[in-house]
Amino acid sequence: MLELTGVSYRYAGYATEVLHDIDLRLADGEIVGLVGPNEAGKSTLCLVASGLAPASVGGSLRGTLTLDGTPAAGLATHELAERVVVGFQNPNTQRSGIAATVFEEIALGPMNLGLAVAETVERTREAIERLKLEHLILRDPQRLSGGQAQLVGIASLLAMRPRHVILDEPTAQLDPAGTRLVGEALRSLAGTGTSLLIAEHKTDLLDGLCSRIVAIDGGRIVIDGPTGEVFDDPRLTGLGVERPARARLAAALATRGVEPGVLGGALEDATR
Amino acid sequence: MATVESLGAFVIGGYLGPIAIIGLAILPAAASARVAGRLVRISLLLTLPIAISVVLVSVFTRAGVHVLFSIGPFDATAEGVDFAGQTLVRLFAISTSIGLFGLTTEPRSFVLDLERRGLSPRFAFIALATLEAVPAMVERASVIASAQRARGLDTEGSVRARLRGVLPLVGPVILSSLTEVEERSLALEVRAFGRPGRRHLLWRIPDSGTQLIVRAVLLLALVAAIAGRITGTFPSLP
Repeated sequence: MLELTGVSYRYAGYATEVLHDIDLRLADGEIVGLVGPNEAGKSTLCLVASGLAPASVGGSLRGTLTLDGTPAAGLATHELAERVVVGFQNPNTQRSGIAATVFEEIALGPMNLGLAVAETVERTREAIERLKLEHLILRDPQRLSGGQAQLVGIASLLAMRPRHVILDEPTAQLDPAGTRLVGEALRSLAGTGTSLLIAEHKTDLLDGLCSRIVAIDGGRIVIDGPTGEVFDDPRLTGLGVERPARARLAAALATRGVEPGVLGGALEDATR
Repeated sequence: MATVESLGAFVIGGYLGPIAIIGLAILPAAASARVAGRLVRISLLLTLPIAISVVLVSVFTRAGVHVLFSIGPFDATAEGVDFAGQTLVRLFAISTSIGLFGLTTEPRSFVLDLERRGLSPRFAFIALATLEAVPAMVERASVIASAQRARGLDTEGSVRARLRGVLPLVGPVILSSLTEVEERSLALEVRAFGRPGRRHLLWRIPDSGTQLIVRAVLLLALVAAIAGRITGTFPSLP
């Protein structure tokens, strides 16, 4: 379980806090979506939930982050990496810059963990299969499209086999097929007991993937609840978050007096 | 091999030693790697600037009794010509041996093999990242140049116009590289880069028993040559 209790965070050199009194709990195998307007604090929350802030980023933190019962404050960065990983939205900064092939790039994390070669290769192959990257394994990581690089970045994190995964806009550069692929990979990862926190503007992805949605604004959690309820909450529109197509269509039908239930599963099928 | 050949050319001295190293070790190896032509061209180009200064300084300032000709207050002596000639063959032997290493060794493989032999993974990363930084910055500069051209910056035409066009690119290229540094270092930490201890690399460079023996023999020969030079038992070669 990943748990943030009473967390407030301020970047070094800034007078005001960016996050205020955040309480957030991710159970094992749970997928939680994180939404909110720009500068709401989503990326900062990702950094704090991964333990990188303040450990690597600096700044000051009030409250606690615990990972499976262990306070993160006492862990070195490489010990954090064995428990929780975070992926950023810019795939160019995810690249190590030292790997000659995509295979080596994905294998870098397990290799850094000091695993035996056979274990590193097995984890790397599994991550490659999850994201269907077999056709790219011999490619130079610097010669990938934005979407391919993003998939490789995610595969690099999955190969670490962490207990908790934090992703900051993981599909920002992906086409619909790539987005679906990532969704399937994350769902199957959660099936192994890994908890996931996904900050994402593509609410359609979160709608089909998450059991819970957390909306933040001004560094505070303003809505936290089951996915269906949160995406039907009218306050979301006020936050500048576009509700998923399913929720918008259901709302449009309701205004015309059509009960979405009469469509059976067709609504979900059409918007999936 | 490059180290032994370079040091060997320096230690053995004379004309014969360096020429033998070039003719019997470096060129046959370069020919078998099919880089002999490129090696000679690159080595000549690399040696040329130093060679010119060596010739000028040695021929005209080396003390000697056999004056060949004079230019103003400077006497060109036979001793100076002889010293310049010996220095040049040494230089050429050193540059060809280093050039052969550069032409036949993939830098990434070399650094990773050094890591396998005990080099710190952190140092290996710095070396590899440095190697990768140049093409990455060239690519970034090309993207920024395209963006600037789309906004009317003239980067074509005369040398002066091109220089004027390059200057506005320098700032964005450097700044954008620096702004990515923090996120890149975080991404590496997420992948346990800071973990102490050794890591098991995925592959190794093939290294046969014969290669090992050749390296050992070369090293022993070098040590013997140095010892011979120090003790004065090494024959003075022409």
